[in-house]
Amino acid sequence: MSTIERLPLTHDAIPEGRRHIYDTDPVLTARDLVITFGRVIGLDGVSLDLYRGEVLAVIGDNGAGKSTLIKCLTGAYLPDSGAIHLEGERVHFRRPQDAREAGIETVYQQLAVIPALDIASNLYLGREERRGGILGSMFRMLDKGGMEKRAGQSVQDLGIQTIQNMSQAVETLSGGQRQAVAVARAAAFGSKVVVLDEPTAALGVKESGMVLEMVKQLRDNGLAVILISHNMPHVWEVADRIHIQRLGGCAGVITPQSHDMGEGVAIMTGAKTLSGS
Amino acid sequence: MSSTSSTSAAAEFARRRQTPLQQLQHQLHRRPWLSPLFLLLVAFLAFFIATPTFLTASSMGILLQQTAVVAALAVGQTLIILTAGIDLSVGAVMVLSMMVMASLARDGGMPGLLALVIGVALATVAGLLNGLLVTRINLPPFIVTLGTLSIFTAIALLYSGGESIQAEHLPRLLNVLGEGFGIGSFRLTWGIVVVVLIYAVMAFVLSQTAWGRYVYAVGDDAESARLSGVPSRRILLGVYTVAGLIYGIAAWILIGRAGAATPNAIPDANLASITAVVIGGTSLFGGRGRLIGTLIGALIVQTFAFGLSQLGVDQQWRVLATGVLVIVAVAIDQWIRKVKA
Repeated sequence: MSTIERLPLTHDAIPEGRRHIYDTDPVLTARDLVITFGRVIGLDGVSLDLYRGEVLAVIGDNGAGKSTLIKCLTGAYLPDSGAIHLEGERVHFRRPQDAREAGIETVYQQLAVIPALDIASNLYLGREERRGGILGSMFRMLDKGGMEKRAGQSVQDLGIQTIQNMSQAVETLSGGQRQAVAVARAAAFGSKVVVLDEPTAALGVKESGMVLEMVKQLRDNGLAVILISHNMPHVWEVADRIHIQRLGGCAGVITPQSHDMGEGVAIMTGAKTLSGS
Repeated sequence: MSSTSSTSAAAEFARRRQTPLQQLQHQLHRRPWLSPLFLLLVAFLAFFIATPTFLTASSMGILLQQTAVVAALAVGQTLIILTAGIDLSVGAVMVLSMMVMASLARDGGMPGLLALVIGVALATVAGLLNGLLVTRINLPPFIVTLGTLSIFTAIALLYSGGESIQAEHLPRLLNVLGEGFGIGSFRLTWGIVVVVLIYAVMAFVLSQTAWGRYVYAVGDDAESARLSGVPSRRILLGVYTVAGLIYGIAAWILIGRAGAATPNAIPDANLASITAVVIGGTSLFGGRGRLIGTLIGALIVQTFAFGLSQLGVDQQWRVLATGVLVIVAVAIDQWIRKVKA
């Protein structure tokens, strides 16, 4: 299992109550990822460790490679070189479905929900459950009641109060509620890692608050969460550690306790370099 | 927590008194086939009052027989429109399939069953071809089927030499759907029974299986469906292929209904099928609609035609009425999409 050497952690910058997270081996590791697009270097040897029960934020300027990094981890891109290990096993994701089947769920910026379908149908889209017996095996009949019930449970587990009726069409929901449906889907099926790409970008203050609460809930449920965001206050509110991408490489990993937002942005833009990295 | 105030405000908004119009909008949003059903009932009532021969058992039997072929075609058309596509080659595929089965049986001396299977298979392949052009070459369905409309029509005419093949020259199996049974003076054909079966099977598939759900998902938002793990292209290909299969069965029904295989049996099959789908409340933008609505839509079109002809009114009024219905149906669709939570 622990053949992959861990990246160094700045332990003293992690609050006492949360240090236990880092006692176990990382669930997901990336080592020296390189990807190029023609002459453009997308990732220039990026490594990261992701632990169960933590929120790792990834920040960076446009073009710094944060989306590229995430796409490599979730199977949208296959890196040219470098290694990704999930729970110590080397993985080669060729399609997003590969990553999903391995337990890595992604909530895309454009949400990927179907407005005309109801909440339960959206939660189970692409992995519908069929009825038992001949109705399911021969007639391929869906277990609608069961899926609706379990969808209700998933939504409740995230502490979402504003969504009650699972047979409600998603188009009748607000932006925050739609985001909640997308996160609930990831939470229900992401057995190991949930990746959220700019989950609060299109939301108002109150709805962002709701989504951030959900992010904390995912973390507390023992999932490893990667949060990509441009919104520094949101990052500093929920992140345990912050991975800073700059010019295709990693400019350093900080914590909200070790650096304030201004310093974080300074490292991100290159106005300041992180000593020792 | 601060969100409690928003919850109660939202809850209050949800509990607001809705005007009767808003309530209607809500009901129509949930059940888009309600308005066509209402229209069908009104049409029935109007023709019942206007002409005593309309609502009789024998008239109803004839109405259903007249509706059967377009109703069958409209099932395939519904599938395709649900994926935000459109099929202009419906009639052409049916005619090609019909002419091939009839002439294989008469000129080729093939047994009825073999001719039927080859004819239906040909229609299925024609649908598959449409699907391949849409999914592999990424051409818009309108363009693909506009092209294949001409191609299939030309092949059917070249193949048949433009002449009809009368029923008496065909094996019984190819005509059997025109035969039927009577309950008193209410006469049903086997063709009607087949149409009902097609509707039952496809309604089940659309509402109860994952495949059906994917059809709606692909039509509503293809990119989101793909990101959710729905095999969009495979679903689209399947939809066009199944539609082709249904057109092939419609060809079989048409031989029985017309008593012959005629290249120009239903010249307006394309528009009639699209009209039935649209009047039935299925959105041309995809992702919304029910098969039951299409059945009602097909019945509405035929009810107007039949009722007006019984009244001795010029058929152009029927054409005019159909045009008005289509515009009203799409306008209602636009309105109910704006429904509020």
